[in-house]
Amino acid sequence: MNRSFIARNPSVLWFLLALSVFTIVVTVLSEVTGVGLISTSFVKTLGKTLCLCLIAIAMDVVWGYCGILSLGHFAFFGLGGYAIGMWLMYARTELIVVESLANAPLPPTDKEVVDAIATQIFGVVGSSEFPLLWAFSHSLALQLLMVVLVPGLLALVFGWLAFRSRVTGVYLSILTQAMTLALSLYLFQNDSGLRGNNGLSGLQNLPGLDAVPQSVISIAFFWASAVALGLGYVLFAWVVSGKMGSVIRAIRDNESRVRFLGYHVESYKLFVFTLTAIVAGIAGALYYPQAGIINPAEIAPIASIYLAVWVAIGGRGRLYGAVIGAAFVSLLSSWFTGGSAPAINLGFYTINWTDWWLVLLGVSFVAVTLFFPKGIGGLFDLIVLKPVADRQGDYGPDKGAWRKEEGEP
Amino acid sequence: MSTLLEVSGVSVTFDGFRAINNLSISIAQAELRAVIGPNGAGKTTFMDIITGKTKPDQGRVIWGPRSLSLLDMSESEIARQGIGRKFQKPTVFEAQTVRENLAMALKNPRGPFDVLFYRKSRATAARIDEIAEEIGLTDDLPRRAGELSHGQKQWLEIGMLLAQDPQLLLVDEPAAGMTPAEREHTTALLVRAAQTRAVVVVEHDMEFVRRLNCKVTVLHEGSVLAEGSLDHVTKNQDVIDVYLGR
Ligand SMILES: Nc1ncnc2c1ncn2[C@@H]1O[C@H](COP(=O)(O)OP(=O)(O)O)[C@@H](O)[C@H]1O
Ligand SMILES: [Mg+2]
Repeated sequence: MNRSFIARNPSVLWFLLALSVFTIVVTVLSEVTGVGLISTSFVKTLGKTLCLCLIAIAMDVVWGYCGILSLGHFAFFGLGGYAIGMWLMYARTELIVVESLANAPLPPTDKEVVDAIATQIFGVVGSSEFPLLWAFSHSLALQLLMVVLVPGLLALVFGWLAFRSRVTGVYLSILTQAMTLALSLYLFQNDSGLRGNNGLSGLQNLPGLDAVPQSVISIAFFWASAVALGLGYVLFAWVVSGKMGSVIRAIRDNESRVRFLGYHVESYKLFVFTLTAIVAGIAGALYYPQAGIINPAEIAPIASIYLAVWVAIGGRGRLYGAVIGAAFVSLLSSWFTGGSAPAINLGFYTINWTDWWLVLLGVSFVAVTLFFPKGIGGLFDLIVLKPVADRQGDYGPDKGAWRKEEGEP
Repeated sequence: MSTLLEVSGVSVTFDGFRAINNLSISIAQAELRAVIGPNGAGKTTFMDIITGKTKPDQGRVIWGPRSLSLLDMSESEIARQGIGRKFQKPTVFEAQTVRENLAMALKNPRGPFDVLFYRKSRATAARIDEIAEEIGLTDDLPRRAGELSHGQKQWLEIGMLLAQDPQLLLVDEPAAGMTPAEREHTTALLVRAAQTRAVVVVEHDMEFVRRLNCKVTVLHEGSVLAEGSLDHVTKNQDVIDVYLGR
């Protein structure tokens, strides 16, 4: 990464600038400085939104640039959340247990402490023993490693199997969706070792930091999310620029031609799939402590479909488009579903947005796909006027190829 | 001259239809070879077999001094062995610039991490300029390949082939969509390339083949009908019957 990288990708600098300004403004207006114009819960919403933007750029790289419509990236996001959630629950429960056992006549043995923690955590699913999955949950370092390793390894193994047999297009999407569904159904079981449909909760309470007010913690996570988004943006901008980006886009548009140039297409797809899965895992690990709770429903395939919708609405094939799509749609979505949107009284029928938001989203998605394939990000082309040549046809024969209407790659 | 590529006894069947029938061809280390034959003779399929796109039902394809079997390799491995191909229908990456197309083809390590940490050097930039000059696209380097004319796309693909610096060039109907002057340029380029490597050209245009001035293989219904100089094969009665006499 040198000066010419920034020079060739001016949007990176603009993005980082906008992100910094946003982060500072939110911090200044938050309760932490005493201004309090932005409530702690809204800071959390914004922090979560930044995490969603991070997974959206990952999705844009895998779909918009590499042509793999993955419907599994929210599974990786969820796995990252579970990995950090396990440590949060363990460590906090441990503190509570140790405190309550401190008054016992005999000092508790290590085993008694562990058993008591297990009873606390797994009581809801009728168990009192730690499953093997929790072997590392006592260690923050190891669980942080799991945030990266678990999504990474799953993506590596799944991707290797899928890409090696040359499954592409719709079939690959269905396969990724099946993986997501299988994972979420597995997690729903009480004996999965991850508390079934109860999921993990109380994640907003950081162990040992009970004295620190949530307003401070929320800003800390907001900053962490902003830094992660900034780093992720630079990383992906670097990956999709230069020769790597060239090969990845070539794979999207005509993968068999790339093979005849001597590139092992499957390795490239695997690289992109795994890297984006890892970033998705990291985004999830930052998201769920702000959300406070994670359960298997979060991993259901519908979440990954939303992700594709955000990227499509924001404009696939440009990173800032994905950020805009994710931020815009997810914030709008929480406004509508949160009951803040005023109901529309038509006299004979009242439109309640909590019921109708999904319909509106669906219609917008169809409309964007049909009429504005460049998405919201396409508006920037109006500012930066570049001559666009008349061209006929799509950019490649493959299913995920850039379509004619999508214009500049 | 030692053999570079040995195709022997190869057959391919598509849904019961024998597109290639017990085909045997051998290509020497530095040789220019023209392959002609009527439409549907199996010329493109022959190239598909060599490049790993189509796996034959039987037969052997042996490559290079170490006599490796190409049948056990994937398309990308075969390409990395030094076999480059220009397709019948020009296939370049339309969304990318001419320079990006050439840079992607340029002979360099092909692994994902090699590519990720690839840095442009003055030498590679000079090589791209050189190729662009050769294919007459110097002014078009920053243009998107999709904006090029059909003939220019042909040129770009030939340029990508040169950039790969392969030992064997398989060129499927290079002259289609080119002006007479461009055809002449193409022949000159192919003849020059064949001085240091093997070049196999599939072409319909007899005038073009005549100018290549090389050994000709006539394919018909998936096997070799005749082989030799152009004059020799055009005198062959079988060839006259099935191809030239039509
Ligand atoms: N993938 C395929 N599936 C079915 N038939 C094919 C396929 N590829 C080629 N063929 C058939 O094989 C024959 C030879 O085709 P081809 O090699 O393209 O001929 P040529 O290039 O000499 O015109 C044709 O009859 C063609 O229809
Ligand atoms: Mg053909």
